[in-house]
Amino acid sequence: MLPAEFAALEPYGDWILETERERYEKRLASSMEEMQAFYDAAFPLLESASKHLDAFTVGELPEPERNLLLLMFSLVMVSFPIEVWKQARVPDSGAAYLDLLVEPRV
Amino acid sequence: MPHFSKPAAGSWTEHYPELGTRPVDYTDSIDPACYAAEQTAIFKKTWLNVGRVEQLPKTGSYFTKELAVADTSLVLVRGKDKRIRAFHNLCRHRGNKLVWNDYPGEEVKGTCRQFTCKYHAWRYDLEGNLTFVQQEKEFFDLDKADFGLKSVRCEVWEGFIFVNLDPDAAPLSQYLGELGKGLEGYPFHEMTEVFTYKAEVGSNWKLFIDAFAEFYHAPVLHQKQATKEEAEKLLGYGFEALHYDIRSPHSMISSWGGMSPPKDPSMVKPIERVLRSGLFGPWDRPDIEGLDPLPPGVNPAGHRAWGVDSFHFFPNFMLLIWAPGWYLTYHYWPTAVDRHIFEANLYFVPAKTARERLAHELAAVTFKEYALQDANTLEATQTMLKSRAVTEFPLNDQEILLRHLHKVAGDYVKEHADAAG
Ligand code: FES
Ligand SMILES: [Fe+2]
Repeated sequence: MLPAEFAALEPYGDWILETERERYEKRLASSMEEMQAFYDAAFPLLESASKHLDAFTVGELPEPERNLLLLMFSLVMVSFPIEVWKQARVPDSGAAYLDLLVEPRV
Repeated sequence: MPHFSKPAAGSWTEHYPELGTRPVDYTDSIDPACYAAEQTAIFKKTWLNVGRVEQLPKTGSYFTKELAVADTSLVLVRGKDKRIRAFHNLCRHRGNKLVWNDYPGEEVKGTCRQFTCKYHAWRYDLEGNLTFVQQEKEFFDLDKADFGLKSVRCEVWEGFIFVNLDPDAAPLSQYLGELGKGLEGYPFHEMTEVFTYKAEVGSNWKLFIDAFAEFYHAPVLHQKQATKEEAEKLLGYGFEALHYDIRSPHSMISSWGGMSPPKDPSMVKPIERVLRSGLFGPWDRPDIEGLDPLPPGVNPAGHRAWGVDSFHFFPNFMLLIWAPGWYLTYHYWPTAVDRHIFEANLYFVPAKTARERLAHELAAVTFKEYALQDANTLEATQTMLKSRAVTEFPLNDQEILLRHLHKVAGDYVKEHADAAG
């Protein structure tokens, strides 16, 4: 599923998601413990993943590399809950929502 | 202690004496009669930005735009002559909505050779001419040349498509005036990687513009976004703009922005340090022409600490140009006195590497975290304004653009009423 060097992230394969909507929903549906475990595994590999992906053009990633990028999108998604909010939802955001209708595909 | 200089008049607001300094009446945001007047006097009279030329890449590309505020729906299409035209989305036979898919109220886009009405199959070409009438002989003296789609004024400025429902309106470039002119030449056309956000918000359209037209709230409402020491420092400083410029009916605010890259990396979150990106966008400028030098209207104060310029083109279009070389637009489409559809688009130079794409992703995700906090205050404000317990509110010098917006909206309504006698 992922490039061989990133086999350590295989247990977090359910964070490989196509769209922001799915990533945001998974964030809201996850416990802080789940997100923390994913973050702790993925964050230390973010720089090496970026370096690994640098060898490819973004629109032409082979399947394992594409999965790695999507997984790192999810890391970005959980970075606010983990690094800032200490909760899944944006504080003081109440019932407000904002749907991402168009996003650049990879 | 002010950190940035103000005009000789002593304040930005007094630099524009027509604005006054009195508290501002917010009845304009809750009164249904006022909203009805704004529909006629503003939204049916001014140039409205409905999109970008990149949304209509080739002959036959089209999209529809629901304009509840002006009681219509439009179809925008690129013709065989490559020109972009706008039409009321209305069949000339018996008024069926011409272009829609499953739900008539939903905006659609696509590519076609012609438009065919779902009702009785009348057909129109990309230039709006009626080309086919089902059982034409059954009609009485019907000349197809008289039944083309009803066109709407449509002009393009720097790749932004505008429409105007008033056939007598002055040309777009004249309407956008000096503020528009100062931006010409900015490489908008290079920034074609788009994130489009949408939400329905339970407030008057002007209240959300208010929220984005001042940064006075930023150190307070968004304080949890920064590290604790940083938040306290920001709160202590408060907010001061570098520069304001009002060219009625339009306006702009120029702000500092030390976060891209930050002076001290420990100020920002760990993921920002790795991805070199954050609220102010990617820290590394894209390698394109047109960012150095910038057009004269960008960073008008020529300040070294410049971070972002936010232009408000009346009535409902905001354009934010960020120092690291990307831009953001906001649109507020009223649907009722206390409701509107909010749309935000982030535009980047297309990422060539995954690293660049991740930097964009972080900027987009960060934008949403902030915007959710901004949006959430609005419904509560609308509800309390509606109580009419208080109708006038004091606005400070850093809220000058709000003062201007409510004045201009009121002036349009008044002028229109006066003209109608
Ligand atoms: S209403 Fe369109 S063809 Fe009859
Ligand atoms: Fe804000």
